[in-house]
Amino acid sequence: MQFSEAWLRSLVNPALDTSQLAHALTMAGLEVEALTPAAPPFNNVVVAEILSAEKHPNADRLRVCQVDVGEAAPVTIVCGAPNAAAGLKVPCARPGAALPGIEIKVAKVRGVESFGMLCSTKELGLEGGAEGLMVLDADAPVGEDFRQWLNLDDTLITLKLTPNRADCLSVAGLAREVGAITGAEVRLPQIGEAPTRIKDTLPVKVTDSAACPLYLGRVVRGINAQAATPRWMVERLEHSGIRPLLAPIDITNYVLLELGQPMHAFALSRLQGGVEVRLAHPGETLELLNGQTVELAPDMLVIADANGPVALAGIMGGQPTSVERVTVDVFLEAAFFAPSAIAGRARRLGLSTDSSHRFERGVDFGAARRAMERATQLLLDICGGQAGPISETVAELPQRPPITLRLARLERVAGIAIGADQVARGLTALGAAVENRGDSLVVTPPSFRFDLAIEEDLIEEAVRLFGYDNIPAQPPAAPSRMLPQDEKVLGDDTLRQMLVDLDYQEVITYSFVDPAWETALDASARPLPLANPLAVQLSAMRTTLWGGLIETLRHNLNRQQERVRIFELGRVYLSQLEQPMRLGGLVHGDVLPEQWGAAARRVDFFDLKGDLERLFGQPLEARSAAHPALHPGQSAELRAEGRAFGWIGILHPRLVQAFDLPSAPVLFEIDSAVLARRGLPRHATVSRFPQVRRDLAFVLDAHTPAGELLAALRKGASAQVRSIDVFDDYRGKGVPENQKSLAIRVVMQDTERTLTDQEVEDAVQNLVDSALRECNASLRA
Amino acid sequence: MRNPNEIVAEALAAIHGCPDLQALEQVKAGYLGKSGQLTELLKSLGAMPADQRKTAGARINEAKQAVEAALKGRRDALQQAELDRQLAAETLDVTLPGRGLARGGLHPVSRTLARIQALFRSIGFEVATGPEIETDFYNFTALNIPEDHPARAMHDTFYLQSGELLRTHTSPVQVHHMQTHQPPLRIIAPGRVYRCDSDVTHTPMFHQIEGLWVDESVSFADLKGVLADFMRNFFERDDLPVRFRPSFFPFTEPSAEMDIGCVMCGGEGCRVCSHTGWLEVLGCGMVHPNVFRHVDIDTERFVGFAFGLGVERLAMLRYGVDDLRLFFENDLRFLKQFN
Repeated sequence: MQFSEAWLRSLVNPALDTSQLAHALTMAGLEVEALTPAAPPFNNVVVAEILSAEKHPNADRLRVCQVDVGEAAPVTIVCGAPNAAAGLKVPCARPGAALPGIEIKVAKVRGVESFGMLCSTKELGLEGGAEGLMVLDADAPVGEDFRQWLNLDDTLITLKLTPNRADCLSVAGLAREVGAITGAEVRLPQIGEAPTRIKDTLPVKVTDSAACPLYLGRVVRGINAQAATPRWMVERLEHSGIRPLLAPIDITNYVLLELGQPMHAFALSRLQGGVEVRLAHPGETLELLNGQTVELAPDMLVIADANGPVALAGIMGGQPTSVERVTVDVFLEAAFFAPSAIAGRARRLGLSTDSSHRFERGVDFGAARRAMERATQLLLDICGGQAGPISETVAELPQRPPITLRLARLERVAGIAIGADQVARGLTALGAAVENRGDSLVVTPPSFRFDLAIEEDLIEEAVRLFGYDNIPAQPPAAPSRMLPQDEKVLGDDTLRQMLVDLDYQEVITYSFVDPAWETALDASARPLPLANPLAVQLSAMRTTLWGGLIETLRHNLNRQQERVRIFELGRVYLSQLEQPMRLGGLVHGDVLPEQWGAAARRVDFFDLKGDLERLFGQPLEARSAAHPALHPGQSAELRAEGRAFGWIGILHPRLVQAFDLPSAPVLFEIDSAVLARRGLPRHATVSRFPQVRRDLAFVLDAHTPAGELLAALRKGASAQVRSIDVFDDYRGKGVPENQKSLAIRVVMQDTERTLTDQEVEDAVQNLVDSALRECNASLRA
Repeated sequence: MRNPNEIVAEALAAIHGCPDLQALEQVKAGYLGKSGQLTELLKSLGAMPADQRKTAGARINEAKQAVEAALKGRRDALQQAELDRQLAAETLDVTLPGRGLARGGLHPVSRTLARIQALFRSIGFEVATGPEIETDFYNFTALNIPEDHPARAMHDTFYLQSGELLRTHTSPVQVHHMQTHQPPLRIIAPGRVYRCDSDVTHTPMFHQIEGLWVDESVSFADLKGVLADFMRNFFERDDLPVRFRPSFFPFTEPSAEMDIGCVMCGGEGCRVCSHTGWLEVLGCGMVHPNVFRHVDIDTERFVGFAFGLGVERLAMLRYGVDDLRLFFENDLRFLKQFN
């Protein structure tokens, strides 16, 4: 909300300068977002009247004007504005004036001495205004300081109000608040009853009285809608960011700003029969004041006449019944619409109006009549006419039951004792009725406070008025308890750090992706779609991390980053109940950064598998399996604890092409929880006896995986076998077609004694037998 | 008998002239070998008269020792020169870079999250997590934000077609945690949150850390103490000014916004702080009794405070990042600056 400081100060004038006032508001929870001068700095500008404007003897486009600046004799000013004419009142910068960017001096213009400058809005740095000289009202006082006359020393204050403080959405409400914060005296406008000269009323029927518990209506006849809105009102409206339109509308806007009561003026002649406050009927539409025609939903409250809706209650009036220049009779409305009956409707229609903004948050039902009287009086004063009596339709208004505030509770929550008298004084200044019972206060909130209903609400007010700054910041005292540390699970931070040490860069990509990526990676993917995505590229929840990783690869390849090693630890989204954490990685380009001391080599499947084994801390169980996104011959399902927990492989050539990549990256994605699980170390005696190594070369079918041979060997291994590892995979000369030779290193050792040759031979024989039995592998001759 | 001194002089000259060990051995043989000159001289002693023999023997021995010493000296020198040559040939250019992998790095948001978590863990906060696809109940209702409340409009929520939503803040983790744990509670909940907003200063996904402390005596003064302590430690500035302003969140009351003195300009006023000298860094307050009621915590017995802070904002301030969107472009040249 934007308002004029001068207007506020006319109601409450604390001994604080503008920035001190702004600070006080901010620290009381009414955050000042901006302080804007009403006009840029300039001086020595007065209201002047052009007495005559003659053509310049030496220049066709210039005129020589005699100007009354409020002194005994007129002054001569040469002026180039096409609209300079005798009789106009204009701003005149006197010699010595400093305008934005120019200093005014006495100067000869084409041989004629000019004593100042007649100004346009632009030359004064003011907003709006037409080309040429700024034309002032005919009754502008000649000779008066221009800034003072237009109140241009005012400051426009913009507040960022929280939704609970609807009571501060008016200058009067703010004045009350400033009074409570600063202790300054508050002088709210005195509003009497406007005189009624006629008896005319318009029938009002409130069908939904819960949504509209109070409706005040009044007929005013014989107004001149074209009457000029007085300067002071125009100024206050403009300084509050509202454009003046037509006097009756300006008046209702003024009352809204002054008292916070949204009002509406209907053109009486356009209303058919009486008005009814009811919910919209299915299929009804309404052309609004802004020209938009809206379809009304059955939970929208309307003001209707015999022909249907004429206004969207509390939000915006209708175009056909709006006040125009020719309107003579009006029907004024000041109502209280329940917040729940208005909330959300404007937003659904894409509207946000000053009226709906206030009604959604709560308008003071106790002030509706004052607002009606105020508007009526202003209307009579400015537009003339005769007012009828106020018709009031009232049902059950919100209650403000008393609330007990226990001072002990206040102290417990605040962490400091605040005196009962001090709290009572503050709450009273805010308009509440307070009964001090010593250890508690019984507080009846005022009608304009919709946010005071429970004890905590009062605690907040008490602490706020006491000042958050005055509450000490203390280090809390709490029992020291250690946090549990599960040694059998690696924390996410540890996993991340391990990958970082393996030369991976962490990335964070969006959780929502282009659904096309998802189906490209897996045609059977059914990513959860967003109902209101920002763009199609961000419209479905990812079911794999690969889409974001590949996109990151592309982004970096486009920026000449060829070697990309990245990982992401984040959730995938399968359903509301299933949002598991996954660890995904992608490597592309050379294994090592280009360097002098190592030959360049492209990264491959086993580089990545090795990285994962280092993370896992032990050999991985990988099973050859097909994944739609991966090369069918270079992909594996990773298994642990008897179940699959992830995938590793080279991106499928089809996708390399589809994603327009220069070469295939290697990818992995695993359930990070499985990876993080570790056993607790268990000590076993380290043998003091020599170990024996035997290298065995097995010949077997080329399609039998090494893993099967290793499993067969482990099955046949005696207790003395410490390790079995592959150290070569050979095919070619010396090995039959369709066969391969796997070289296996076996290490044996006993913890109690040195192994005899016979024991070693027996152990080797067991291994060989098992290999032959399980996978038809025989020792190479 | 030839004068041993002459032989020695001759020998020393020959030894000095030796260019390598091989030549030295030849010279040695020439004087001390089986038929070397000094050996021959010794052999001739037997033919000498007995009275001269002793003196002559002593002179020959002296000569022999002199030659041996010279040989040793020359041998050592030649060996040293040989070693020096070898070492010189083996000298590396140690200024060449080392071999092998480089080192990766954490994303700056992770790095910041880890730092924040470490600070809160150091005073006993546990880390809790919760789902990112949430129900209306956990994201709003249980946090005292009823339907059509204007506060919902501030949240620009992403909805799934199935009706659930993407959490707009990490506050729902409070509710999950309080449903499954009994006070006293002290948790922080880091994670991704989502708002339907994208421009220079907003990304549709960002990170928050929620904090919650519930106990029999926790006050607003404690809240101020913990958060001031946190900010000063996070920025490593003991003199960092902080202030708390009244604000409004449906799930806390009293509520506050916390500002810190601008860490960019030191409070002088700059573009980052909109020339106010202050930066808004988090929202906080005492847990609203309606939130406690939703999870069956006795509001008379327990009080609590909660806070929520934006991780990217703190990362930007800490590391001088001037554009929020950089965090999610994942340009390696940007990310590696944090390694």
